[in-house]
Amino acid sequence: MSGKEHGYLDMELLRFTTAGSVDDGKSTLIGRLLYDSKAIFEDQMEALEQASISRGGKEVNLALLTDGLRAEREQGITIDVAYRYFATPKRKFIIADTPGHIQYTRNMVTGASTANAAVILVDARNGVIEQTRRHAYIAALLNIPHILVCVNKMDLVDFSEEVFERIKEDFVDVASRLDNQDIHFLPISAKLGDNVVDPSNNMSWYKGDTFLGLLEALPVGQDWNLKDPRFPVQYVIRPITDEYHDYRGYAGRVASGVFRVGQKVAILPGGLKTTIEAIDFAGKSLDYAFPPQSVTIRLTDEIDVSRGSMIVDADNQPQQSQEIDLMVCWLNEKPLVVRGKYQLKHNSNELRCIVTEVKYKVNINTTEEIHDDLSVGLNQIARITIKTTKPLFFDPYKKNRDTGSLILIDEGTNNVVGAGMIL
Amino acid sequence: MEVYSINHLRELEAESIFVIREVVAQFERPVMLFSGGKDSIVMFHLAWKAFHPLKVPFPLMHIDTGHNFEETIKYRDNLAEKFGTRLIVKYVQDSINNGRAIEEKGLNASRNVLQTVTLLDAIEEMKFDCALGGGRRDEEKARAKERFFSHRDEFGQWDPKNQRPELWNLFCGAKHMGEHFRVFPISNWTEMDVWQYILKENIEMPSLYFTHERDVFCRDGSWMASAPFMQLKPNEKVEKKKVRCRTIGDITCTGVTLSKANSLEDIIQEVAASRVTERGSRADDKRSEAAMEDRKREGYF
Repeated sequence: MSGKEHGYLDMELLRFTTAGSVDDGKSTLIGRLLYDSKAIFEDQMEALEQASISRGGKEVNLALLTDGLRAEREQGITIDVAYRYFATPKRKFIIADTPGHIQYTRNMVTGASTANAAVILVDARNGVIEQTRRHAYIAALLNIPHILVCVNKMDLVDFSEEVFERIKEDFVDVASRLDNQDIHFLPISAKLGDNVVDPSNNMSWYKGDTFLGLLEALPVGQDWNLKDPRFPVQYVIRPITDEYHDYRGYAGRVASGVFRVGQKVAILPGGLKTTIEAIDFAGKSLDYAFPPQSVTIRLTDEIDVSRGSMIVDADNQPQQSQEIDLMVCWLNEKPLVVRGKYQLKHNSNELRCIVTEVKYKVNINTTEEIHDDLSVGLNQIARITIKTTKPLFFDPYKKNRDTGSLILIDEGTNNVVGAGMIL
Repeated sequence: MEVYSINHLRELEAESIFVIREVVAQFERPVMLFSGGKDSIVMFHLAWKAFHPLKVPFPLMHIDTGHNFEETIKYRDNLAEKFGTRLIVKYVQDSINNGRAIEEKGLNASRNVLQTVTLLDAIEEMKFDCALGGGRRDEEKARAKERFFSHRDEFGQWDPKNQRPELWNLFCGAKHMGEHFRVFPISNWTEMDVWQYILKENIEMPSLYFTHERDVFCRDGSWMASAPFMQLKPNEKVEKKKVRCRTIGDITCTGVTLSKANSLEDIIQEVAASRVTERGSRADDKRSEAAMEDRKREGYF
């Protein structure tokens, strides 16, 4: 199943997130991208026109395309993350479209958690504002590999190179205080289409790619961690049929690194060493497996392996601890309770934990640490320490998004209340 | 040289298999909803791949409106037999007979909405705690905001404004007694992805998806298959046309498209060139702007 396949069947997948508020032209940008790539169909366009007119609008309101819920349409706001899809001959794209307002930090974090790239919109007239810093901070916190800063509404500043360069400098200044990855800047006019799909005639001073061109060119294949072999076991496959009497396979998804037949591995917890006998997938044998493949691994020795175990390279093992430092984004109206107990989910492991300390909160608009008020409420981000009922096998989130992330669940309501990134 | 990248179809496949395996690991009594349409066929194929050489470790359930294309039923029964999977069929007619559901009247009468009653009753009666569905986010705007793991309260209802956050690959199936989950493993697939995957995997499909001659009539700009229980308006007349189904559901609300596509390659070309969504001819979605959201809130698929 690895290797190259041909033609339109052989596209890469890029997941990106967009954040922005009502007026910065985000909907217009996405709308144009979808329309120009033929992802908006005639019946959708008709429905959109009808809906726009019935709300007293003169122009087609592309926001209605993503704001799918009745309450969103009625209030003219985006409540939740909306997923949109489009494809060009080169790539398939998944957009996690999130509202940019401070109340919706929770949604931005959600959308960012699976993204390869973040699109940050800046209004050319306003430059880098509080909201821009917030978006940049979240993109850095969630360790999104690529950032696209679109300076929009260039038509309203006479397509001025000077304005663009100044905004670029301001953003670089913000980003230098974060550890952002691969940052691209481009001047656009979403409304007029300049540098969205086609190059701009109004900004010949800009020599870079268009927005779509960049999205098609970002090197997504390099985003996976191929160094540290980690395989969280999801499910044990034991058919117990005549044909497969002794079959015992460990089903899961490669979180990171490459696993090969014959490789020396260790099983956590316990650390017993064994060897990979085979890697199976739907009746075929593979020589090796890599992220994000879902496969089934068989081992040469009969060892106690169950859901929650992790197969790792014998010579490259994750950290183990019951005391963990992490950044948490709080997702629930009910504030974080210090000394409170929460259910914790990390890979295929479920256990309990207690929050032992809030070290500081972060002002996400200035990225400054707050030490005098340590109450952590909805949409706030803090550094905390937790103690778990049994050891966790993890890597720092910056190195490994899969083994470095966890969620906290309220034991009473079963709601997901915290998103954690291990330091 | 070893290659460490996979294409979009393989990445979607890996994601869906991960989700299906999570369901079996996290729930005690899951069931897969199976309509015989292309999405449920692909979903079943993914389940088969997820557990091989173990048989698919949950039953299939079809909510039968009684208004089916015959080919669908034949395909459904064959598939269950071939893979040795238990098939549960629940009939909307039974819900009508015992007074749980009331048949709609009039020209556009459909049992589509009534399926919700039968489905929720079946989930309660058989104590299923999770129902896997083939819904895709690109199908409809309310579905664009659906989670992979979608929580339903004890009345089977969906609360779209109060959904649980879903981050990374961490799916939370925690629930109280009487509540259940709907899980959508192919959330991130588009119609195009589904057809490309069917071609790639060489999955056998019901003949309805390919061109065939059928008695049809035109209603509000959409072609509908003619069937004994369909009432015609005075100006509508039945004619023979070369058509194929783009989606397969209850006959009363599934339109057909004029098409000469008789191979998967033809279908893919047709989908690529199409300027109308696949649900464009679904009468069930046209009832109001928020028709899908309203049905989903009540407990629809």
